[in-house]
Amino acid sequence: MELFSQNKIYDFMGKRKIFISISLILIVLSLFSIFTKGFNWGIDFKGGIEVEVRFDKPVKIGEVRKYVSKEFKEAAITTFGSDREILIRLNVDKVSSDVQKDIGAEIKKLLKPLGNVEIRRVDIVGAKVGNELREKGLKALIFAIIGILIYVAIRFEWRFAVASVLALFHDTTIALGAVSFFHVEVNLDVLAAILTLMGYSLNDTIVVFDRIREQIIKSKIRDLALLINEAVSKTLSRTVLTSLTTFFVVLTLFLFGGEIIRPFSFTLLVGIIVGTYSSIFIASPLLIWLGFDIDDYRKKLLEKEKRRKEKEKMRQMYQGGVV
Amino acid sequence: MMKKLNYRLVIFILATIFGIAFTIPSFLGKNPKVNLGLDLQGGMYLVLGVKGEEAVKNKIKTFASTIKYISQKKELFIDKLKIQGDKLSFELIDKDDAPKMDEELKQFKGVKITKKPENGSVIYEISLTPKAIQQTKEDALKQAIQTIRSRLDAFGLAEPSVTQQGKDKIVVELPGIKTEKEKRNIKKLISSAAHLELYLVDEEHKVTNPKEAAKYGDIMLPDKDNPKRMWLLKTPPVLDGSMITDATVGFTQKTNQPAIFFTLNSQGAAIFGDVTGKNVGKRLAIVVDNKVYSAPTIQERIGGGSGQITVGSTDEAHILAIALRSGSLPAPVVLLEQRSVGASLGADSIRKSMIALISGFIIVVIFMAWYYNLAGIIADIALITNLFLIIAIMALFGATLTLPGMAGIVLTVGMAVDANVIINERIRELIREGKPIKQAIEGGYKNAMSAILDANITTLIAAIALFAYGTGTIKGFAVTMAIGILASMLTAILGTHGIWQYLIDSGKKITPKHFGMKV
Repeated sequence: MELFSQNKIYDFMGKRKIFISISLILIVLSLFSIFTKGFNWGIDFKGGIEVEVRFDKPVKIGEVRKYVSKEFKEAAITTFGSDREILIRLNVDKVSSDVQKDIGAEIKKLLKPLGNVEIRRVDIVGAKVGNELREKGLKALIFAIIGILIYVAIRFEWRFAVASVLALFHDTTIALGAVSFFHVEVNLDVLAAILTLMGYSLNDTIVVFDRIREQIIKSKIRDLALLINEAVSKTLSRTVLTSLTTFFVVLTLFLFGGEIIRPFSFTLLVGIIVGTYSSIFIASPLLIWLGFDIDDYRKKLLEKEKRRKEKEKMRQMYQGGVV
Repeated sequence: MMKKLNYRLVIFILATIFGIAFTIPSFLGKNPKVNLGLDLQGGMYLVLGVKGEEAVKNKIKTFASTIKYISQKKELFIDKLKIQGDKLSFELIDKDDAPKMDEELKQFKGVKITKKPENGSVIYEISLTPKAIQQTKEDALKQAIQTIRSRLDAFGLAEPSVTQQGKDKIVVELPGIKTEKEKRNIKKLISSAAHLELYLVDEEHKVTNPKEAAKYGDIMLPDKDNPKRMWLLKTPPVLDGSMITDATVGFTQKTNQPAIFFTLNSQGAAIFGDVTGKNVGKRLAIVVDNKVYSAPTIQERIGGGSGQITVGSTDEAHILAIALRSGSLPAPVVLLEQRSVGASLGADSIRKSMIALISGFIIVVIFMAWYYNLAGIIADIALITNLFLIIAIMALFGATLTLPGMAGIVLTVGMAVDANVIINERIRELIREGKPIKQAIEGGYKNAMSAILDANITTLIAAIALFAYGTGTIKGFAVTMAIGILASMLTAILGTHGIWQYLIDSGKKITPKHFGMKV
C-alpha cells in the first residue's frame, strides 16, 4: 500500500504564508481563550477535594446537589462517565488538614437517602501542595525545553534548535488553547500529555530536519525553499503514517480509557494533530525566516563528512595492516 | 539452519525469550512481578506534614518536668517555672545553690543557659541552640517515620510504605486497604500523637479562661467525653508517655469497661511512686493528646509503675494501645495530600486501559500489515516483543505500573512502530531508485539510523524531565515511556534487521511486494 507518490515533490514552501497565517490565527485564538477563559485547574494544581461516588442506580444531579449542599455549600457536582457516577468537588477552604477527618464518610452519609452509594475515590490536595506541584510542573517543562534545545543545537545547528523549539511553542500553545476552550480539567496527567506531545512533535520535526540536512549534501538544489519541499515531501509518507498509528492508539485511549484519563488523551489527541501539522508546514519555513544559510552549512557538513571518511580510511588501513 | 542465524536475530530471540519469561510471573501474580500503583489496585496515598516546631516545644516541656523533679529530689528550691514558646525560665531561690543546679543542668544537651542574679536568687533561662532546634526537627521527622512504620506493622497491614519526602514531609502508601472503616482506623492510627501525660489536678483554684490558668502555672484541657468540661491541671506534667514500655488492651475489674493497661520503665515507675505517695487524696488526670481521659483520686501510693486508661470501645483501645506501644509521635502531623482509590475503581481503570491497549494494538498491527505487507508483519513481531520487554523490565526493576503508566504503554504501541515506518520508507525509496533488494534493505537501515536516534533521544529527554520533576503516578508514566523507547530501539531496529537478514540468508526471494509496494 502506498499513500503518497514518492517521486512527487509538493510545493509546501510556496504556500508557507497561508500555513503560517492559519497557525497565527490559531495561536491568537488559543491565547485569547487562555487569557480570557483561563484554565479549568484540577485539584492537583489549585488544591481541593474530589470525591467520586457511584450509585447503584442512575441519579439526578440536582438531587445529589441538594443533599451535598446541606453540608458543603460550594460543592461543584458533575457526572463522571455515566449517570450513576458523580464527581463532587469541594473548595480548598473546605480542606481540612486534620488527618482524621473523613470526607468520604461525610459525603456518604449525606447521600444515603439517594440509595446505595459507593465512595470510589477521595483525593485531597492541600493548597500548599498544589503550589508545589505547579512549580514542579513548570520546572519539568523548562528543563525539557532547555534539554531539547541543547541537544538539537549540538546535533544540527542553532537555527534548527530555535526553529524546533518555536514549533514546540506553537504546538503547546494550541493544545493548551484547546484545553482551555473545551474546559478540560488541567491536572498532572495533562502536564504529562504536554511533555509527551513536546517529545512527539519534536520527533516529527527532527525526522524532517534530518532529511533536510541529508539533502543539503546529496541534492544539487541550492534554493532552501525547494530543498525543504523535497525533504518534507520525501518524509511526508512517514510523518503521516506514524501520526496515524499514534492517533489511532490515542483515540482508543480517549474512547475506551475511561473518564479519569480523558483530559490526558484529549490533550494528546489535539497535540498529535497540531504536532503533525507543524512539522510539515511550520517548522521548516521557520528555518528560512531565521536566515539559515545553506552554503555555509553545506560547507560545514562536507568538511565533517570528509574528516569522518578520512578517519574511516585510516582505520581501514590500520586494520588492514594488522590483519 | 544454525549457520544462517545472525547476531542480530540471536539477540532479538534472546530478548524475546527474556521478555516472555519475565512477563509471565506478572500475570500469574508471582515474583518478579509488576507492582500495580495505588490508582490501579486501590489503596491510600497520604502526604503528611510534620510540625517540627511542636517537637521543639515538647522538648522544652520535658525539660521543665525534669527540672521540677530535680528540684524536689535534690531540694534545690525553685519558683516561677514558666514555659514561653520554645524557652523556659525559673527562679532559683537560693543563689548558693547555683553551682549544684548548674551541675544538674549539664544533663541537657544543646541548650543555651543564661543566668541573671536577682536579690539573692538567680533567674535561669534555658533555650535550645539553633543547631539543636534543627536537629530536634530532623529527629522528629525520622522518629515520626519510624513510629508510623511500627504502628502500621503492628496493625498487620500488607506492604505499607512510609518514606520521607523533602525536609518535613512523610509519604505513606497503603495498598490494599479495602473498606472505609479500615481507612478511618488507619488514619486515626497514623495521626494519633499518642502523647500520654499525667497531670495533677488543681483543685484549689477556680478559673474561667486559659490566661487566668496561666497565672497559677496551670493549663486547661477538655474532657474526652464531654469537650465542654474543662479540667484545670498543674504544669508541668508529672510524667509523659516516653516512659511507657508496654500497653495492652483489657477490661477494668469493677466496671468491665475496655481499658489500656500500661507499664512504665524504672525511671517512670520511681516518679509515679513518688508523686502518688505525696499526693494521696488528690486527683491525677490521665491525658492523651491533650484530652483528659479520666482523673481518678489517688487512693494510695502506686508502686510497680503500672496504670490503666479507660476508653470508650475496644476498637479505640486497640488503636490507642498500638499507638502508645510504638511510641508517641514527637510532633503532630497534618494532612497535606490524600489520594484514596477504591478497589472497584482500580479494577475499572485496569479494564478500561486494557481495552484501549488491546484495541489500539490490534488497529496498529492490522494497519502495519496492510500498509507494508511482510515488512509490516515483521514490524508487528517487533512490537509484540517490545510490549513483553516493557513488562519484563518493569517487573525486574520493581517499577510501579500506574494508570498514566498504562497510557504510556498504549502510546508506545503507536510510537514504537515509528522506527519501522522510517526504515521501511527508506527501503522503499532505495528500491524505487533501482537498488537490488538486499542493498536497499541494508541502505534503508543505515539511512534511517540518524533520524531514529535523534527522534528517540529527544523524546527520552522529555521523559527524563517528567521523571525528575513528576510526582506519584506521573513518574510511572515517565518510566513506561522511557523503557518503551529504549526497548523499541532494540526490537524495531536490531530485531527487524535480524529477521530480514535471516530471510535473505535462507534464500527467500524478497520482492518490492513484500514492502507493500505496487509492482
